[in-house]
Amino acid sequence: MSTSTTPTADPTVQPPEKRGFPVAYWWDRVGIFLVLLLLIALMSAIAPNFLSVDNAVNVARSVSINAILAAGMTVVILTAGIDLSVGSILAVAGVGGVLLATNGVPTPLALLGGIAVGALCGAVNGALIAWLALPAFIVTLGSLTYLRGLAYSMLDGQPLVATDLGFRGIGNGSVAGIPQPVIVMLVVYVVFWFLLERTRFGRHVYAVGGNIEAARLAGINVKRVLLSTYMLAGAAAGVAGLIFSARVLSAQPTAGTGYELDAIAAVVLGGTSLAGGRGRIFGTLVGAVIIGVLSNGLVLLDVPFFYQLMIKGVVIIIAIALDSLKRFARSTS
Amino acid sequence: MNETATPLLEVEGISKRFGATLALSDVSFDVRPGEVHALMGENGAGKSTLMKIISGNYQPDTGTIRISGTPAVMASPRDAMTAGVAIIHQELNTIPDMTVAENLATGNEPARFGVLDRRTMVAQAREKLARVGARIDPTRPIGRLSVGMQQMVEIARAVAENAKVLVLDEPTASLSRTESEQLFALIRSMRDQGMGLIYISHRMEEVWELADRVTVFRDGKLIGTRDMRTVGPERTSPGDIVRMMVGREISDLYVRTPHPAGEVRLAVRDLTGPGGIGPVSFDVRGGQVVGMVGLIGAGRTEVARLIYGADRATGGTVSLDGTPLKVRNPLEGLRAGVGLLPESRKDQALFLDLSVKDNISMSTLKEHSTVGVLRGGPLVRAVRGVMDQLKVRSNALGLESRALSGGNQQKLVLGRLLLQRPKLLILDEPTRGVDIGAKSEIYRLINEIAGTGAAVLVISSDLPEALGISDQLLVMRAGRIVASLDARAASEETVMQHATGVYAEDAAPTETAGTAR
Repeated sequence: MSTSTTPTADPTVQPPEKRGFPVAYWWDRVGIFLVLLLLIALMSAIAPNFLSVDNAVNVARSVSINAILAAGMTVVILTAGIDLSVGSILAVAGVGGVLLATNGVPTPLALLGGIAVGALCGAVNGALIAWLALPAFIVTLGSLTYLRGLAYSMLDGQPLVATDLGFRGIGNGSVAGIPQPVIVMLVVYVVFWFLLERTRFGRHVYAVGGNIEAARLAGINVKRVLLSTYMLAGAAAGVAGLIFSARVLSAQPTAGTGYELDAIAAVVLGGTSLAGGRGRIFGTLVGAVIIGVLSNGLVLLDVPFFYQLMIKGVVIIIAIALDSLKRFARSTS
Repeated sequence: MNETATPLLEVEGISKRFGATLALSDVSFDVRPGEVHALMGENGAGKSTLMKIISGNYQPDTGTIRISGTPAVMASPRDAMTAGVAIIHQELNTIPDMTVAENLATGNEPARFGVLDRRTMVAQAREKLARVGARIDPTRPIGRLSVGMQQMVEIARAVAENAKVLVLDEPTASLSRTESEQLFALIRSMRDQGMGLIYISHRMEEVWELADRVTVFRDGKLIGTRDMRTVGPERTSPGDIVRMMVGREISDLYVRTPHPAGEVRLAVRDLTGPGGIGPVSFDVRGGQVVGMVGLIGAGRTEVARLIYGADRATGGTVSLDGTPLKVRNPLEGLRAGVGLLPESRKDQALFLDLSVKDNISMSTLKEHSTVGVLRGGPLVRAVRGVMDQLKVRSNALGLESRALSGGNQQKLVLGRLLLQRPKLLILDEPTRGVDIGAKSEIYRLINEIAGTGAAVLVISSDLPEALGISDQLLVMRAGRIVASLDARAASEETVMQHATGVYAEDAAPTETAGTAR
């Protein structure tokens, strides 16, 4: 992928295609967006009440938590890693944020605290993966279970209701008609885009994911990069956890169960390669919106829950099949 | 060879374009009955494209193919086979778990009412093997045979399918000497029976021994065909062939301007590493190009990696400009002023998915960022500057490095090192797998870098190259430096004797072994 990190990049750069219209080149860049537009067109045609401002706001709000988790997941997957624990981190950070807020900690600090808890959980994952060279899949599978237990233990197994939560706005409030969780989501995406495209760290993420040995020999501190990516995924999960708590006005130890799978699905749908090194953060946002639009449309169409799951599963497998097809096409070109 | 007979295979005016690259340009070529026709040329010269066209894998854009005088269309490999053209690829096409007989019968299994007739199959296999004089048990799994035997089976299959023209692509690449000789005997006997053989090889001695005619390709063009049986003053020499291949005198290829050797920059003393490396001691002075040669596994790459910090040394000292160099990882090596071009471009140096710009700037992003945020303008300017120096067209800035040729990819890695402005540059096989044009550019660059006063250590398995571009040569064997030679005075023979240990027995070790100070 030729991510151009500067708008001043030479305009005469041509796509690396060999003949005719560079289908693969453009598909890689805008294909997923076309899929979203087609899906919206389809749902508008067949689902009652789909095409309305209210429903659009509704979809955006429902997408926000998964989209934020998926942003962090994108950075991890770009390094050819995986983080299965984001759903559990969401719960721990959400519970932590509520406990801080209900114990007299000022709201801004409680929010920062919740994010810090998430980042800390991610740091532990990252440290185990980078320094002990344990497989990310196994480490985060372990922390998925551990952290879920931790979330329960923080509350002695019971949810904690907090109707006057200081930061309830980030779950339920709106600014100029735009739900606050959607604003937070957009801020998260801009920050992650900036990190990936405009900073040294971002280049290092792509380098580590593309060729870890070359990255090491090029003088990149691979371990620090890995640690940072899991911390970012944890911090993003922390933000998502705070929004979740604010939406339900309580601390829920069961929050975010199974969310890691939707986040991974959004990343893959958005065109990021599970093999690492290739992908774009805004692709992930589109991927998350596709999942949201699909779920919303199916609900409006009164499709039974179990069929919704089956359809989502098929979509995810198609997305992964496309990814490996693209990889195959590249390796033989 | 019968010169007046109709050629078995003729191609005329064949061109083939892949995007912007003209892979073959107006090539005309023929194979006569009873000849071995050798094809030579650098990688990417067009040999394999031509072979893929005559075997039906590619369709030519223009031009015609005639088989025994009759125009033919090779729309698929099957068509080519029917027309009597068969290829023995470098990578064998056998199915390892199946027996020799099964492999020979693939696609044409004898069967009775749909049930496989094993007895007939084995008998037919025996007969096919006998035709090429191979004594191989047809009931053995083919994967248990040596590569040479497997090749014989493939040839037997081609002959059994009445191939008139047989293409052998680098057939001796993984054969032992005896196996090669058996193969040569078979090739001669097929020739004497009137077949036409196309023999692709980089090995001059083989071509010299076997070929009746030699055709040389370069940059997609047929440079010329020489009759090797002409004797007397007109006789083609190996030197003539090499000149045709590279398009210039070999002596012009290597660049070495004598730079005044400066102070000792790199001093290595009793350096040891894991796996029986060392102790080695040597110096490299500023402005000096030191070549490190030796057989594969002699420990050259290992020494380079120890100096750079890619691996941890177990003992000894290294100093750069008098300062002890204690590096535990590549980042520390890089910060101390060492640059390494690793042995394997694709596995250890390139980010194939990333742009040219990212690849070149990856090790020096810190210089072009403020608190971690990249300064786009200066970064692009620095990269452009290096690309000019490397003669890579600058509109390639945003291209995925995957899209570039091997030579240009290697230049990216060199560009990354140039931006580091290292005090010591270590290049491990800098010209492996790059075309001749890029090679000469790389030699020019190495010479330029040395001219700036840097110390340069070049590891090379290409002896003429090592001799041609270095000032001094260090020969390694079994983890140690066994000789230090003046590259201007040394011959390939001397170097090989040191590298293989022939010298070790009679020459006093004090004379050649140990230090190269």
